[in-house]
Amino acid sequence: MVAAHGAAMNAREEVLGRIRRAAGNGPAPATGAVPRAYRSRGDLRGSQLLDLLAARLTDYKCSVRRCWPGELASAIAAAILDRGARSIVLPPGLGLPLPDPATTGADLTLVVDDGFSAEHLDRFDGVITTATVAIAETGTIALDGSSGQGRRALTLIPDYHLCVVYEHQIVCLVPEAVAALTPERPLTWISGPSATSDIELDRVEGVHGPRTLEIILVAADGPAHATERGELCQST
Amino acid sequence: MSTFLGLPTAPAGVGHLRGSEPFPVAARRALADTQLRRNLAKATSTIRAKRARVVAELPDWEELREAGRAIKAHTLAHLDTYLEQLESQVTARGGTVHWARDAPEANRIVTGLVRSAMATEVVKVKSITTDEIGLNDALAAAGISAVETDLAELIVQLDHDRPSHILVPAIHKNRSEIREIFLREMADVDPGLTDVPAALTQAARQHLRRKFLSAKVGISGANFAVAETGTLCVVESEGNGRMCLTLPDTLITVMGIEKVIPRWADLGVFLQLLPRSATGERMNPYTSMWTGVTPGDGPQDFHLVLLDNGRTAALADPDGRPALSCIRCSACLNVCPVYERVGGHAYGSVYPGPIGAILSPLLTGIEDNASLPYASSLCGACYEACPVKIDIPSILVEQRARHVEATHGRSAEAITMAAAAWAMSDPARFAAAQRGGQLGRLLARHGVIRRLPSPLSGWTAARDAPAPPRETFRQWWRRTGRP
Repeated sequence: MVAAHGAAMNAREEVLGRIRRAAGNGPAPATGAVPRAYRSRGDLRGSQLLDLLAARLTDYKCSVRRCWPGELASAIAAAILDRGARSIVLPPGLGLPLPDPATTGADLTLVVDDGFSAEHLDRFDGVITTATVAIAETGTIALDGSSGQGRRALTLIPDYHLCVVYEHQIVCLVPEAVAALTPERPLTWISGPSATSDIELDRVEGVHGPRTLEIILVAADGPAHATERGELCQST
Repeated sequence: MSTFLGLPTAPAGVGHLRGSEPFPVAARRALADTQLRRNLAKATSTIRAKRARVVAELPDWEELREAGRAIKAHTLAHLDTYLEQLESQVTARGGTVHWARDAPEANRIVTGLVRSAMATEVVKVKSITTDEIGLNDALAAAGISAVETDLAELIVQLDHDRPSHILVPAIHKNRSEIREIFLREMADVDPGLTDVPAALTQAARQHLRRKFLSAKVGISGANFAVAETGTLCVVESEGNGRMCLTLPDTLITVMGIEKVIPRWADLGVFLQLLPRSATGERMNPYTSMWTGVTPGDGPQDFHLVLLDNGRTAALADPDGRPALSCIRCSACLNVCPVYERVGGHAYGSVYPGPIGAILSPLLTGIEDNASLPYASSLCGACYEACPVKIDIPSILVEQRARHVEATHGRSAEAITMAAAAWAMSDPARFAAAQRGGQLGRLLARHGVIRRLPSPLSGWTAARDAPAPPRETFRQWWRRTGRP
C-alpha cells in the first residue's frame, strides 16, 4: 500500500489502512453484545451507604467527620480549627456555611479563587469544596469542576483538602458513579490522600497531591433521637 | 524492519523493546544477584496478598473480567472505527490528534510540539509507551530535558538505570539503595536523609515541587481513551499525574492505538479491574479524566499522539491479537515464578514478565525477541490473574512454534517435538519409545541426570533431568492388574 500511494499517504491513512488489513486476517471476530453480568446497581441505601463510605474512606487514611445538615457549619469550623489552617482558598459558588473569621477569634482568611497562579495557590494552607458523587464501595469522591468544586489545580496544590459530601450524592458502585458523571467535564476521582507504594511496596500517604484529605459526610435527615445524633457526630 | 503479513513491526535502533542479550544470559546474571532476589520476593509477595484480598471482596469479579475481555475483543475487531470516532470527538472538543506509524515518527511529533511551545524542560507522568519509543532520548538529543515525576521513575532516572516493572519500576531497589541514589544525585537534598520510605518520599516531593509549579509542557500516557466522548483517562497514586495533566499550558499525551475503548460506560468495568489488579487497592488515589480542552481549567493546548509501532502487526496475528487487550496492570508479573526470580531487566524490553514475553515479540517480530517466549514455565498463573483474561500460556506456545518455524524446523526442540508427535500417534510406537526411554537410567546417578547428550544438553545446562522410572505406567498397569 505504501508503494501504491507513495509518500503522499499520510500517517493517519496508513495506520488506518494497516488496521483494516490486519482485521481482515484470520477468522471473523465475534462481535456480539458484551456480556454485562456484573453489578450495575448496589443494594445498600441511606445510612448503610454512609457507613460503608465512612469505613472505606478511613481505611485509606482519610479523616472523616459525620454530621446532620444543621451541624454542618460547626463541623466545618471544627475541621479548620483542628487543622490549624490559617488561609483557605474557596471555589466560586461554594454555598457552604463557613465560619466568620471576625467571630471565630482565629487568625483565618477565606479567599475565593480568582484564577491564582500555581505558585500563589501553593501559599494557601487548604481548600474547601463539595463533590459531585461519592462511591461507597471504593471510598472515592469525584469532582467535576462545577460550582463549589473549582478548577482542578485548586484541589491539587494546597496541602489540605476538606470536602463536604451529602448523603444523596453517595452511590454504592463504580458503574453507578460513571453513569452519574458528565464525561465532557474535567473529572478528578479521589480515593484518600495522595500516596505511593514505590519503595518496597510500603504505602506512604502524602506525596504531591494534598497530604491530608478530610471528608465531612452530611446525613440526609435530621436526627430522630438525640443519642443517635451524638454517635453520628463523632469524628471517626 | 521485518513484516508480519506485510505489516511493519516496531523498528529497531530506537526505544526499548529489545534487550542487548538473550533472556537466558540476562536471567543467569540476575539470578546470581541475591539482593535483587530478596527485593523482588518481598515486593511481589506483598502485592500478591493485597491483590488477592481486594479481588475476593467483589462478588462479580469473574463477570467483570469477562466484560473486560469482551469489550477489548470487540474494540480490536473494530479498531479503525473507534479510533476515527475518538479523533473526531477530541478534535471537536479543542484537542489536536496526531498519528504516528512508529517510534521515530512519534518522537519527531512530540519534539516538534515541545519546541513550538518554546520549552526546554518537560514534566512527565509515568508512561511506558513513551519509554517504549525512547522519547526521553529523542528529547535529550533536541536539547530538551524530560523530568520523570513518578517516584519510582524518578529513582530509576536519577540512577541512570532502567525500569524493571510495569507498575513499580524501581521494585528492584530497596530503601537503602534509594537513599544512596538521592544523596548522590539530588542537588538540594538534606544530607541527613534517612532511609525511611516516608522521608524518601518527602525528599522527592521537595525536589519536584518547583518543577511542577513552573512547568510549561506536560507529557503523559493514557490508560484509557473513550471513543464516544473523546475522554482521556489516567490513573495514578501520587498526584504527579494530576500535576502534569493540570498545571502546564501544553499537554501531550502519547497513546498506543489499542488503548481506545468504545463507550463511557466501559470505564465502569476497567476502573474496577485495573486498580484491584495493579496495586491491590479498591481504587487508586487519583484518576484524572479530561475531554479536549476546558476553558479556564488545565492545559489550553492539548495534543493526542496515536501510536502504531508494531501494534497493527500484532493485530494481524490472530493468535497474538489478544495480547493487545492488556491494560498494563502488571498482575501477571507479580504472580509469575520466573519474574519473581529474575526481575524485569532480564526481559530486555519495557514490557517484562509474562505479558512482555508475548507482547515484545509481537511488536518487534519474533526474530528480535526470540528467547522471550521461552521465559516461562507455562504454569498458567498469569492467565488466572489477568483481569482481561489474556491466555498468555497459549500465546507463548504459539510463539515458540512460530520461532521454531522461523528457524527452519531444524532446532533440537523441533526435531524432538516432531519425533514425539510421530511416536505418540501410534500406540505400539509409543510403548516402544517408552521402553527406549528407560535406557536413560544408564545416564542417571542418584535418580537424576546431570547432563543429557547433545542435542538435549541445552535442557540440562540449567537443570537436572529426572531419571526415567524403572517401569512405565503401562508396564505397571499390566503387572499390578486392574483394580
